[in-house]
Amino acid sequence: MRAMAARDLSPRRAAALGLFVAVMLLLPLLVNAYIVSVLVVVLFSAYFGQSWNIMTGFAGQLSLGHALYVGLGAYTSAALFVHFGLLPWLGMLAGMAVAALAGGAIAALSFRFRVGGVYFALLTIAFAEFTRILFDHFGWVGATEGLFLPVANLAHDDPLRLRGSPRMFYYLLLALSLAALALSHHLLNRRVGYYWQAIREDEEAARALGIDVFRYKVAAMALSAAMTALGGGVLAFYDNNLYPDTVFAMSRSIEIITAPIIGGLGTLFGPVLGAVLLTGLGEIMTNLSNAAEISGLKQWFYGAALLAIVALQPSGLWPWLRRRLGLEEGRR
Amino acid sequence: MSMLELREVDLFYGDAQALDGVSLDVASGEIVAIIGANGAGKSSLIRTIFGMEKPRRGSIRFEGQEIAGAAPHRICNLGIGQVAEGRQVFPNMTVRENLEMGAVVPRARAGAAAAMDRVFVMFPRLAERRRQLAGTLSGGEQQMLAIARCLMGQPRLVMLDEPSLGLAPVVVVEVFRVVRELNARDGLTLVLVEQNVAQSLALAHRGYVLENGRIVMQGAGAELLADDRVRQAYVGL
Repeated sequence: MRAMAARDLSPRRAAALGLFVAVMLLLPLLVNAYIVSVLVVVLFSAYFGQSWNIMTGFAGQLSLGHALYVGLGAYTSAALFVHFGLLPWLGMLAGMAVAALAGGAIAALSFRFRVGGVYFALLTIAFAEFTRILFDHFGWVGATEGLFLPVANLAHDDPLRLRGSPRMFYYLLLALSLAALALSHHLLNRRVGYYWQAIREDEEAARALGIDVFRYKVAAMALSAAMTALGGGVLAFYDNNLYPDTVFAMSRSIEIITAPIIGGLGTLFGPVLGAVLLTGLGEIMTNLSNAAEISGLKQWFYGAALLAIVALQPSGLWPWLRRRLGLEEGRR
Repeated sequence: MSMLELREVDLFYGDAQALDGVSLDVASGEIVAIIGANGAGKSSLIRTIFGMEKPRRGSIRFEGQEIAGAAPHRICNLGIGQVAEGRQVFPNMTVRENLEMGAVVPRARAGAAAAMDRVFVMFPRLAERRRQLAGTLSGGEQQMLAIARCLMGQPRLVMLDEPSLGLAPVVVVEVFRVVRELNARDGLTLVLVEQNVAQSLALAHRGYVLENGRIVMQGAGAELLADDRVRQAYVGL
Protein backbone atom coordinates (compact mmCIF):
# COMPACT_ATOMS: atom_id res chain seq x y z
CA MET A 1 0.00 0.00 0.00
CA ARG A 2 1.78 3.12 -1.20
CA ALA A 3 -0.20 5.36 1.09
CA MET A 4 1.47 3.67 4.00
CA ALA A 5 5.04 4.25 2.80
CA ALA A 6 5.90 6.23 5.88
CA ARG A 7 9.46 5.45 6.83
CA ASP A 8 11.32 7.37 4.20
CA LEU A 9 15.01 7.15 3.48
CA SER A 10 16.25 10.61 4.48
CA PRO A 11 19.49 11.91 2.91
CA ARG A 12 21.22 11.48 6.25
CA ARG A 13 20.12 7.87 6.55
CA ALA A 14 21.02 7.19 2.91
CA ALA A 15 24.51 8.61 3.50
CA ALA A 16 24.97 6.47 6.62
CA LEU A 17 23.88 3.38 4.73
CA GLY A 18 26.23 4.24 1.85
CA LEU A 19 29.13 4.66 4.25
CA PHE A 20 28.36 1.34 5.91
CA VAL A 21 28.23 -0.49 2.58
CA ALA A 22 31.49 1.15 1.41
CA VAL A 23 33.28 0.14 4.61
CA MET A 24 31.97 -3.40 4.38
CA LEU A 25 33.03 -3.65 0.71
CA LEU A 26 36.57 -2.44 1.38
CA LEU A 27 37.16 -4.15 4.70
CA PRO A 28 38.29 -7.60 3.47
CA LEU A 29 40.87 -5.96 1.20
CA LEU A 30 42.52 -4.25 4.16
CA VAL A 31 42.76 -7.03 6.72
CA ASN A 32 44.44 -10.41 7.00
CA ALA A 33 42.90 -13.81 6.34
CA TYR A 34 42.15 -14.44 10.01
CA ILE A 35 40.10 -11.25 10.32
CA VAL A 36 38.23 -12.15 7.12
CA SER A 37 37.29 -15.49 8.64
CA VAL A 38 35.97 -13.66 11.73
CA LEU A 39 34.02 -11.29 9.49
CA VAL A 40 32.42 -14.28 7.77
CA VAL A 41 31.17 -15.43 11.16
CA VAL A 42 29.89 -11.90 11.82
CA LEU A 43 27.94 -11.91 8.56
CA PHE A 44 26.47 -15.35 9.17
CA SER A 45 25.29 -14.11 12.54
CA ALA A 46 23.91 -10.90 11.02
CA TYR A 47 22.05 -12.71 8.26
CA PHE A 48 20.56 -15.37 10.52
CA GLY A 49 19.60 -12.64 12.97
CA GLN A 50 17.89 -10.66 10.23
CA SER A 51 15.96 -13.72 9.11
CA TRP A 52 14.86 -14.54 12.66
CA ASN A 53 13.96 -10.88 13.24
CA ILE A 54 11.16 -11.10 10.65
CA MET A 55 9.42 -13.78 12.66
CA THR A 56 10.07 -12.54 16.17
CA GLY A 57 10.95 -8.87 15.77
CA PHE A 58 8.38 -7.90 13.15
CA ALA A 59 5.51 -10.35 13.71
CA GLY A 60 6.15 -10.88 17.43
CA GLN A 61 6.15 -14.69 17.46
CA LEU A 62 9.03 -16.00 19.54
CA SER A 63 10.95 -18.78 17.82
CA LEU A 64 13.67 -20.46 19.85
CA GLY A 65 14.33 -23.19 17.32
CA HIS A 66 15.69 -21.47 14.23
CA ALA A 67 18.58 -23.95 14.05
CA LEU A 68 15.93 -26.22 12.51
CA TYR A 69 15.80 -24.07 9.37
CA VAL A 70 19.57 -23.60 9.24
CA GLY A 71 19.82 -27.40 9.30
CA LEU A 72 17.08 -28.05 6.74
CA GLY A 73 18.69 -25.58 4.34
CA ALA A 74 22.18 -26.95 4.93
CA TYR A 75 21.26 -30.62 4.67
CA THR A 76 18.95 -30.25 1.67
CA SER A 77 21.46 -28.40 -0.47
CA ALA A 78 24.43 -30.49 0.67
CA ALA A 79 22.70 -33.85 0.23
CA LEU A 80 21.37 -32.93 -3.22
CA PHE A 81 24.91 -31.88 -4.18
CA VAL A 82 26.61 -34.98 -2.78
CA HIS A 83 24.10 -37.47 -4.16
CA PHE A 84 23.01 -35.89 -7.43
CA GLY A 85 25.60 -33.22 -8.13
CA LEU A 86 22.86 -30.58 -8.11
CA LEU A 87 24.17 -27.02 -8.31
CA PRO A 88 24.37 -25.58 -4.77
CA TRP A 89 22.12 -22.64 -5.61
CA LEU A 90 19.39 -24.95 -6.92
CA GLY A 91 19.79 -27.11 -3.85
CA MET A 92 19.48 -24.02 -1.68
CA LEU A 93 16.24 -23.13 -3.43
CA ALA A 94 14.98 -26.61 -2.60
CA GLY A 95 16.19 -26.11 0.97
CA MET A 96 14.28 -22.84 1.21
CA ALA A 97 11.12 -24.57 0.00
CA VAL A 98 11.56 -27.39 2.53
CA ALA A 99 12.14 -24.92 5.35
CA ALA A 100 9.20 -22.71 4.33
CA LEU A 101 6.94 -25.76 4.32
CA ALA A 102 8.26 -26.94 7.69
CA GLY A 103 8.01 -23.47 9.25
CA GLY A 104 4.60 -22.85 7.74
CA ALA A 105 3.34 -26.22 8.96
CA ILE A 106 4.67 -25.71 12.49
CA ALA A 107 3.13 -22.24 12.62
CA ALA A 108 -0.18 -23.37 11.11
CA LEU A 109 -0.49 -26.28 13.54
CA SER A 110 0.40 -24.14 16.54
CA PHE A 111 -1.76 -21.17 15.72
CA ARG A 112 -4.72 -23.30 14.58
CA PHE A 113 -4.76 -24.84 18.05
CA ARG A 114 -4.18 -21.45 19.66
CA VAL A 115 -0.72 -22.25 20.92
CA GLY A 116 0.97 -18.91 21.44
CA GLY A 117 3.60 -17.03 23.40
CA VAL A 118 5.87 -19.12 25.57
CA TYR A 119 4.17 -22.36 24.57
CA PHE A 120 4.77 -21.62 20.92
CA ALA A 121 8.44 -20.92 21.73
CA LEU A 122 8.70 -24.28 23.51
CA LEU A 123 7.14 -25.98 20.52
CA THR A 124 9.76 -24.47 18.19
CA ILE A 125 12.49 -25.91 20.44
CA ALA A 126 10.77 -29.29 20.41
CA PHE A 127 10.59 -29.40 16.61
CA ALA A 128 14.25 -28.42 16.26
CA GLU A 129 15.30 -31.02 18.81
CA PHE A 130 13.41 -33.93 17.39
CA THR A 131 14.54 -33.08 13.89
CA ARG A 132 18.10 -33.22 15.24
CA ILE A 133 17.44 -36.68 16.67
CA LEU A 134 15.77 -37.74 13.43
CA PHE A 135 18.85 -36.70 11.48
CA ASP A 136 21.07 -38.61 13.93
CA HIS A 137 19.45 -41.73 12.46
CA PHE A 138 19.05 -40.57 8.87
CA GLY A 139 21.59 -42.70 7.00
CA TRP A 140 21.16 -41.01 3.62
CA VAL A 141 22.70 -37.83 5.01
CA GLY A 142 25.35 -39.61 7.06
CA ALA A 143 23.49 -39.71 10.40
CA THR A 144 25.84 -39.08 13.36
CA GLU A 145 28.85 -39.86 11.15
CA GLY A 146 28.31 -36.57 9.37
CA LEU A 147 27.88 -35.44 5.79
CA PHE A 148 31.01 -34.26 3.97
CA LEU A 149 31.32 -32.12 0.90
CA PRO A 150 34.30 -32.67 -1.38
CA VAL A 151 36.80 -29.86 -1.01
CA ALA A 152 38.08 -28.54 -4.31
CA ASN A 153 41.35 -26.66 -4.45
CA LEU A 154 40.59 -24.10 -7.07
CA ALA A 155 42.93 -21.47 -8.37
CA HIS A 156 40.04 -19.02 -8.42
CA ASP A 157 36.70 -18.56 -6.68
CA ASP A 158 33.66 -20.19 -8.22
CA PRO A 159 30.55 -18.53 -6.76
CA LEU A 160 28.25 -20.63 -8.96
CA ARG A 161 29.43 -23.85 -7.33
CA LEU A 162 30.13 -22.18 -3.98
CA ARG A 163 33.74 -23.25 -3.94
CA GLY A 164 36.26 -20.64 -2.99
CA SER A 165 38.03 -18.54 -0.41
CA PRO A 166 36.59 -17.07 2.77
CA ARG A 167 36.74 -13.73 0.96
CA MET A 168 34.27 -14.99 -1.64
CA PHE A 169 31.96 -16.18 1.12
CA TYR A 170 32.33 -12.82 2.80
CA TYR A 171 31.06 -10.96 -0.26
CA LEU A 172 28.33 -13.50 -0.83
CA LEU A 173 27.08 -13.15 2.73
CA LEU A 174 27.37 -9.38 2.56
CA ALA A 175 25.12 -9.46 -0.51
CA LEU A 176 22.64 -11.71 1.30
CA SER A 177 22.63 -9.49 4.36
CA LEU A 178 22.09 -6.33 2.30
CA ALA A 179 19.32 -8.09 0.38
CA ALA A 180 17.71 -9.07 3.70
CA LEU A 181 18.00 -5.43 4.81
CA ALA A 182 16.33 -4.22 1.61
CA LEU A 183 13.59 -6.86 1.82
CA SER A 184 12.90 -6.07 5.48
CA HIS A 185 12.71 -2.35 4.72
CA HIS A 186 10.36 -3.02 1.84
CA LEU A 187 8.07 -5.30 3.86
CA LEU A 188 7.90 -2.93 6.83
CA ASN A 189 6.63 -0.18 4.57
CA ARG A 190 4.02 -2.38 2.98
CA ARG A 191 0.64 -3.42 4.21
CA VAL A 192 2.07 -6.66 5.58
CA GLY A 193 4.64 -4.81 7.70
CA TYR A 194 1.91 -2.80 9.40
CA TYR A 195 -0.17 -5.93 9.92
CA TRP A 196 2.80 -7.62 11.59
CA GLN A 197 3.34 -4.61 13.82
CA ALA A 198 -0.35 -4.61 14.76
CA ILE A 199 -0.22 -8.34 15.55
CA ARG A 200 2.94 -7.84 17.60
CA GLU A 201 1.48 -4.97 19.59
CA ASP A 202 -1.96 -6.43 20.21
CA GLU A 203 -3.09 -9.56 18.47
CA GLU A 204 -6.69 -9.33 19.69
CA ALA A 205 -6.98 -5.75 18.47
CA ALA A 206 -5.53 -6.74 15.11
CA ARG A 207 -8.13 -9.48 14.84
CA ALA A 208 -10.89 -7.05 15.81
CA LEU A 209 -9.89 -4.83 12.88
CA GLY A 210 -10.34 -7.66 10.44
CA ILE A 211 -6.70 -8.60 9.95
CA ASP A 212 -6.34 -12.28 9.04
CA VAL A 213 -3.96 -12.84 11.94
CA PHE A 214 -3.45 -16.54 11.28
CA ARG A 215 -2.44 -16.01 7.69
CA TYR A 216 0.07 -13.24 8.39
CA LYS A 217 1.68 -15.11 11.27
CA VAL A 218 2.11 -18.23 9.15
CA ALA A 219 3.51 -16.10 6.30
CA ALA A 220 6.06 -14.51 8.64
CA MET A 221 7.20 -17.92 9.84
CA ALA A 222 7.46 -19.38 6.32
CA LEU A 223 9.43 -16.38 5.02
CA SER A 224 11.71 -16.31 8.05
CA ALA A 225 12.36 -20.06 7.74
CA ALA A 226 13.11 -19.84 4.01
CA MET A 227 15.58 -16.98 4.50
CA THR A 228 17.29 -18.84 7.32
CA ALA A 229 17.56 -21.95 5.14
CA LEU A 230 19.31 -19.96 2.42
CA GLY A 231 21.97 -18.99 4.94
CA GLY A 232 22.08 -22.62 6.07
CA GLY A 233 22.90 -23.68 2.51
CA VAL A 234 25.80 -21.24 2.37
CA LEU A 235 26.97 -22.50 5.75
CA ALA A 236 27.04 -26.08 4.45
CA PHE A 237 29.33 -25.14 1.57
CA TYR A 238 31.50 -22.97 3.80
CA ASP A 239 31.99 -25.57 6.54
CA ASN A 240 32.05 -28.57 4.16
CA ASN A 241 30.91 -30.89 6.92
CA LEU A 242 27.59 -31.31 8.64
CA TYR A 243 26.77 -33.08 11.89
CA PRO A 244 23.21 -33.06 13.23
CA ASP A 245 24.45 -32.29 16.73
CA THR A 246 26.15 -29.07 15.66
CA VAL A 247 23.91 -27.95 12.79
CA PHE A 248 20.63 -28.37 14.70
CA ALA A 249 22.17 -27.49 18.07
CA MET A 250 20.05 -25.67 20.63
CA SER A 251 23.06 -23.42 21.22
CA ARG A 252 22.87 -22.32 17.58
CA SER A 253 19.22 -21.29 18.04
CA ILE A 254 20.27 -19.25 21.06
CA GLU A 255 23.17 -17.64 19.18
CA ILE A 256 20.82 -16.68 16.36
CA ILE A 257 18.56 -14.72 18.69
CA THR A 258 21.28 -13.05 20.76
CA ALA A 259 22.56 -10.60 18.15
CA PRO A 260 19.15 -9.15 17.19
CA ILE A 261 18.14 -8.81 20.85
CA ILE A 262 21.34 -6.94 21.69
CA GLY A 263 21.18 -4.87 18.51
CA GLY A 264 17.47 -4.11 18.73
CA LEU A 265 14.59 -6.50 18.23
CA GLY A 266 12.31 -5.59 15.34
CA THR A 267 14.63 -2.90 13.99
CA LEU A 268 16.14 -3.06 10.52
CA PHE A 269 19.78 -2.61 11.45
CA GLY A 270 19.77 -4.07 14.97
CA PRO A 271 20.65 -7.64 13.98
CA VAL A 272 23.64 -6.40 11.96
CA LEU A 273 24.91 -4.16 14.74
CA GLY A 274 24.40 -6.90 17.30
CA ALA A 275 26.32 -9.39 15.16
CA VAL A 276 29.25 -7.02 14.67
CA LEU A 277 29.51 -6.28 18.39
CA LEU A 278 28.86 -9.76 19.72
CA THR A 279 30.93 -11.76 17.28
CA GLY A 280 33.69 -9.16 17.13
CA LEU A 281 34.02 -8.80 20.89
CA GLY A 282 33.37 -12.53 21.33
CA GLU A 283 36.36 -13.29 19.16
CA ILE A 284 38.54 -10.95 21.22
CA MET A 285 37.32 -12.74 24.32
CA THR A 286 38.23 -16.11 22.83
CA ASN A 287 41.75 -14.87 22.14
CA LEU A 288 42.01 -13.38 25.62
CA SER A 289 40.69 -16.63 26.98
CA ASN A 290 43.45 -18.57 25.22
CA ALA A 291 46.14 -16.10 26.18
CA ALA A 292 45.14 -15.94 29.82
CA GLU A 293 44.30 -19.65 29.91
CA ILE A 294 40.86 -18.95 31.37
CA SER A 295 38.26 -20.99 29.57
CA GLY A 296 34.80 -19.79 28.69
CA LEU A 297 35.43 -16.03 28.69
CA LYS A 298 33.33 -15.70 25.53
CA GLN A 299 30.31 -17.41 27.09
CA TRP A 300 30.66 -15.18 30.15
CA PHE A 301 30.81 -12.20 27.88
CA TYR A 302 27.68 -13.24 25.96
CA GLY A 303 25.79 -13.69 29.20
CA ALA A 304 27.01 -10.38 30.60
CA ALA A 305 26.15 -8.57 27.37
CA LEU A 306 22.59 -9.95 27.42
CA LEU A 307 22.15 -9.01 31.07
CA ALA A 308 23.48 -5.52 30.49
CA ILE A 309 21.20 -4.94 27.51
CA VAL A 310 18.11 -6.26 29.27
CA ALA A 311 18.87 -4.07 32.28
CA LEU A 312 20.04 -0.88 30.56
CA GLN A 313 18.65 -0.74 27.00
CA PRO A 314 15.87 -3.30 26.71
CA SER A 315 14.95 -2.13 23.24
CA GLY A 316 18.52 -2.78 22.08
CA LEU A 317 21.59 -0.77 21.13
CA TRP A 318 20.51 0.32 17.68
CA PRO A 319 17.51 2.47 18.75
CA TRP A 320 19.85 4.23 21.18
CA LEU A 321 22.70 4.64 18.69
CA ARG A 322 20.26 5.72 15.98
CA ARG A 323 19.07 8.58 18.20
CA ARG A 324 22.65 9.56 18.96
CA LEU A 325 23.56 9.65 15.29
CA GLY A 326 20.39 11.52 14.30
CA LEU A 327 19.23 8.66 12.10
CA GLU A 328 15.69 8.45 13.42
CA GLU A 329 13.10 7.12 11.03
CA GLY A 330 10.70 9.72 9.70
CA ARG A 331 7.08 9.36 10.76
CA ARG A 332 4.09 11.22 9.53
CA MET B 1 -36.10 -7.52 9.08
CA SER B 2 -33.42 -7.53 11.70
CA MET B 3 -29.96 -6.45 10.75
CA LEU B 4 -28.50 -8.87 13.27
CA GLU B 5 -30.39 -11.92 14.45
CA LEU B 6 -29.22 -14.50 16.99
CA ARG B 7 -31.21 -17.67 17.58
CA GLU B 8 -30.56 -20.13 20.40
CA VAL B 9 -26.81 -19.54 20.54
CA ASP B 10 -24.83 -21.77 22.91
CA LEU B 11 -21.16 -21.18 23.64
CA PHE B 12 -18.91 -23.36 25.75
CA TYR B 13 -15.40 -22.86 27.07
CA GLY B 14 -14.49 -26.49 27.60
CA ASP B 15 -17.29 -27.75 29.83
CA ALA B 16 -18.29 -24.34 31.10
CA GLN B 17 -21.26 -22.85 29.34
CA ALA B 18 -20.86 -19.16 28.66
CA LEU B 19 -23.95 -18.56 26.52
CA ASP B 20 -27.17 -20.50 26.92
CA GLY B 21 -29.76 -20.28 24.18
CA VAL B 22 -29.23 -16.60 23.49
CA SER B 23 -31.66 -15.10 20.97
CA LEU B 24 -31.69 -11.43 20.17
CA ASP B 25 -32.42 -9.00 17.37
CA VAL B 26 -30.88 -5.72 16.38
CA ALA B 27 -32.79 -3.67 13.83
CA SER B 28 -31.13 -1.25 11.46
CA GLY B 29 -30.72 2.18 13.06
CA GLU B 30 -31.09 0.95 16.62
CA ILE B 31 -28.93 1.30 19.69
CA VAL B 32 -29.22 -1.93 21.66
CA ALA B 33 -27.74 -2.17 25.14
CA ILE B 34 -26.71 -5.48 26.64
CA ILE B 35 -26.38 -5.25 30.38
CA GLY B 36 -25.43 -7.71 33.06
CA ALA B 37 -23.04 -8.36 35.88
CA ASN B 38 -19.39 -9.30 35.50
CA GLY B 39 -19.13 -12.77 34.02
CA ALA B 40 -22.72 -12.79 32.75
CA GLY B 41 -21.43 -13.47 29.23
CA LYS B 42 -21.53 -9.99 27.71
CA SER B 43 -18.04 -10.08 26.26
CA SER B 44 -18.50 -13.70 25.20
CA LEU B 45 -21.58 -12.63 23.29
CA ILE B 46 -19.69 -9.91 21.42
CA ARG B 47 -16.80 -12.23 20.70
CA THR B 48 -19.14 -14.90 19.37
CA ILE B 49 -20.96 -12.52 17.04
CA PHE B 50 -17.59 -11.35 15.77
CA GLY B 51 -16.34 -14.88 15.08
CA MET B 52 -13.68 -14.92 17.79
CA GLU B 53 -15.48 -17.79 19.51
CA LYS B 54 -17.30 -20.57 17.72
CA PRO B 55 -20.78 -21.30 19.11
CA ARG B 56 -21.62 -24.94 19.69
CA ARG B 57 -25.18 -24.44 18.55
CA GLY B 58 -27.45 -21.78 17.14
CA SER B 59 -27.61 -19.36 14.29
CA ILE B 60 -26.20 -15.86 13.85
CA ARG B 61 -27.40 -13.92 10.83
CA PHE B 62 -26.18 -10.54 9.67
CA GLU B 63 -28.38 -9.00 6.98
CA GLY B 64 -29.78 -12.42 6.27
CA GLN B 65 -26.41 -14.12 5.91
CA GLU B 66 -25.35 -16.89 8.30
CA ILE B 67 -22.09 -15.89 10.03
CA ALA B 68 -21.88 -18.27 13.00
CA GLY B 69 -18.35 -19.65 13.12
CA ALA B 70 -17.01 -17.52 10.24
CA ALA B 71 -13.55 -15.99 10.63
CA PRO B 72 -13.37 -12.48 12.16
CA HIS B 73 -11.76 -10.93 9.09
CA ARG B 74 -14.67 -12.12 6.94
CA ILE B 75 -17.28 -10.90 9.41
CA CYS B 76 -15.49 -7.57 9.62
CA ASN B 77 -15.60 -7.26 5.86
CA LEU B 78 -19.38 -7.75 5.90
CA GLY B 79 -19.69 -4.51 7.84
CA ILE B 80 -19.55 -5.42 11.53
CA GLY B 81 -17.10 -3.38 13.57
CA GLN B 82 -15.95 -3.98 17.11
CA VAL B 83 -14.42 -1.76 19.75
CA ALA B 84 -12.98 -4.24 22.20
CA GLU B 85 -12.84 -3.83 25.93
CA GLY B 86 -9.83 -1.97 27.24
CA ARG B 87 -9.46 0.15 24.09
CA GLN B 88 -6.61 -1.82 22.55
CA VAL B 89 -5.00 0.93 20.51
CA PHE B 90 -1.53 0.17 19.15
CA PRO B 91 0.63 2.18 21.55
CA ASN B 92 3.74 2.37 19.34
CA MET B 93 1.89 3.50 16.25
CA THR B 94 0.89 7.09 15.66
CA VAL B 95 -2.75 8.15 15.78
CA ARG B 96 -2.77 8.27 12.01
CA GLU B 97 -1.21 4.82 11.66
CA ASN B 98 -3.76 3.44 14.11
CA LEU B 99 -6.53 4.89 11.96
CA GLU B 100 -5.01 3.40 8.83
CA MET B 101 -5.05 0.01 10.53
CA GLY B 102 -8.80 0.47 10.89
CA ALA B 103 -9.25 0.39 7.14
CA VAL B 104 -7.57 -2.92 6.36
CA VAL B 105 -10.64 -4.89 5.28
CA PRO B 106 -11.24 -4.84 1.52
CA ARG B 107 -14.59 -3.06 1.85
CA ALA B 108 -12.91 -0.08 3.55
CA ARG B 109 -9.74 0.37 1.52
CA ALA B 110 -11.05 2.47 -1.34
CA GLY B 111 -12.78 4.98 0.91
CA ALA B 112 -10.03 5.16 3.53
CA ALA B 113 -8.91 8.73 2.76
CA ALA B 114 -12.47 10.10 2.91
CA ALA B 115 -13.15 8.13 6.08
CA MET B 116 -10.02 9.61 7.66
CA ASP B 117 -11.23 13.13 6.85
CA ARG B 118 -14.61 12.35 8.40
CA VAL B 119 -13.21 10.98 11.66
CA PHE B 120 -10.87 13.96 11.96
CA VAL B 121 -13.89 16.25 11.69
CA MET B 122 -15.74 14.20 14.27
CA PHE B 123 -12.72 13.96 16.62
CA PRO B 124 -10.72 17.18 16.27
CA ARG B 125 -8.48 16.14 19.16
CA LEU B 126 -7.26 13.20 17.12
CA ALA B 127 -6.59 15.45 14.15
CA GLU B 128 -4.40 17.64 16.36
CA ARG B 129 -2.50 14.61 17.58
CA ARG B 130 -2.28 12.63 14.38
CA ARG B 131 1.50 12.29 14.53
CA GLN B 132 1.60 11.46 18.21
CA LEU B 133 2.13 7.87 19.40
CA ALA B 134 -1.18 6.42 20.56
CA GLY B 135 0.40 5.21 23.79
CA THR B 136 0.95 8.82 24.85
CA LEU B 137 -2.76 9.75 24.61
CA SER B 138 -4.99 10.04 27.67
CA GLY B 139 -7.45 7.25 28.42
CA GLY B 140 -10.35 9.21 26.97
CA GLU B 141 -8.43 10.07 23.82
CA GLN B 142 -7.47 6.43 23.41
CA GLN B 143 -11.12 5.45 23.64
CA MET B 144 -12.00 8.02 21.00
CA LEU B 145 -9.17 6.68 18.84
CA ALA B 146 -10.46 3.13 19.27
CA ILE B 147 -13.93 4.23 18.15
CA ALA B 148 -12.55 6.30 15.28
CA ARG B 149 -10.36 3.40 14.17
CA CYS B 150 -13.38 1.13 14.12
CA LEU B 151 -15.28 3.69 11.99
CA MET B 152 -12.41 3.62 9.48
CA GLY B 153 -13.64 0.14 8.56
CA GLN B 154 -16.92 1.74 7.40
CA PRO B 155 -19.10 -0.64 9.40
CA ARG B 156 -22.89 -0.67 9.36
CA LEU B 157 -23.07 -2.25 12.80
CA VAL B 158 -20.67 -1.35 15.61
CA MET B 159 -20.35 -3.35 18.81
CA LEU B 160 -18.82 -1.47 21.74
CA ASP B 161 -17.56 -3.52 24.68
CA GLU B 162 -17.45 -1.48 27.90
CA PRO B 163 -16.50 1.82 26.24
CA SER B 164 -16.78 3.73 29.54
CA LEU B 165 -14.56 1.34 31.52
CA GLY B 166 -11.90 3.12 33.55
CA LEU B 167 -12.73 6.58 32.26
CA ALA B 168 -13.41 9.72 34.28
CA PRO B 169 -17.13 10.62 34.53
CA VAL B 170 -16.76 13.70 32.33
CA VAL B 171 -15.08 11.55 29.65
CA VAL B 172 -17.83 8.93 29.95
CA VAL B 173 -20.37 11.62 29.12
CA GLU B 174 -18.33 12.48 26.05
CA VAL B 175 -18.18 8.84 24.93
CA PHE B 176 -21.95 8.48 25.26
CA ARG B 177 -22.45 11.73 23.36
CA VAL B 178 -20.38 10.33 20.49
CA VAL B 179 -22.41 7.11 20.48
CA ARG B 180 -25.67 9.06 20.33
CA GLU B 181 -24.34 11.26 17.56
CA LEU B 182 -23.14 8.32 15.46
CA ASN B 183 -26.60 6.84 15.72
CA ALA B 184 -28.74 9.96 15.31
CA ARG B 185 -26.71 11.74 12.66
CA ASP B 186 -25.02 8.93 10.72
CA GLY B 187 -27.73 6.30 11.21
CA LEU B 188 -25.18 3.81 12.54
CA THR B 189 -26.54 0.72 14.28
CA LEU B 190 -24.88 0.08 17.62
CA VAL B 191 -24.68 -2.69 20.17
CA LEU B 192 -23.52 -1.38 23.51
CA VAL B 193 -22.25 -3.70 26.22
CA GLU B 194 -21.99 -1.79 29.46
CA GLN B 195 -21.75 -2.06 33.21
CA ASN B 196 -22.80 1.55 33.28
CA VAL B 197 -26.43 0.44 33.25
CA ALA B 198 -28.28 3.68 33.92
CA GLN B 199 -26.52 5.68 31.23
CA SER B 200 -26.57 2.98 28.58
CA LEU B 201 -30.26 2.16 29.07
CA ALA B 202 -31.09 5.85 28.93
CA LEU B 203 -29.29 6.02 25.61
CA ALA B 204 -30.45 2.75 24.06
CA HIS B 205 -33.66 2.14 22.17
CA ARG B 206 -33.85 -1.37 23.51
CA GLY B 207 -31.97 -3.48 25.99
CA TYR B 208 -31.32 -7.07 26.98
CA VAL B 209 -30.38 -8.28 30.44
CA LEU B 210 -27.91 -11.14 30.47
CA GLU B 211 -27.54 -13.38 33.52
CA ASN B 212 -25.35 -16.49 33.61
CA GLY B 213 -25.27 -16.61 29.83
CA ARG B 214 -29.06 -16.37 29.50
CA ILE B 215 -31.25 -13.48 28.37
CA VAL B 216 -33.56 -12.95 31.35
CA MET B 217 -35.25 -9.70 30.36
CA GLN B 218 -35.67 -7.52 27.34
CA GLY B 219 -37.52 -4.37 26.45
CA ALA B 220 -37.31 -0.72 25.56
CA GLY B 221 -34.41 1.07 27.25
CA ALA B 222 -36.59 3.39 29.31
CA GLU B 223 -38.87 0.48 30.26
CA LEU B 224 -35.98 -1.61 31.59
CA LEU B 225 -34.59 1.37 33.42
CA ALA B 226 -37.92 1.79 35.20
CA ASP B 227 -38.13 -1.90 36.11
CA ASP B 228 -37.66 -2.56 39.83
CA ARG B 229 -35.64 -5.74 39.35
CA VAL B 230 -33.22 -4.00 37.00
CA ARG B 231 -32.95 -1.02 39.31
CA GLN B 232 -32.26 -3.21 42.32
CA ALA B 233 -29.78 -5.52 40.62
CA TYR B 234 -27.85 -3.10 38.42
CA VAL B 235 -28.53 0.51 39.12
CA GLY B 236 -28.11 0.24 42.86
CA LEU B 237 -31.27 2.07 43.82
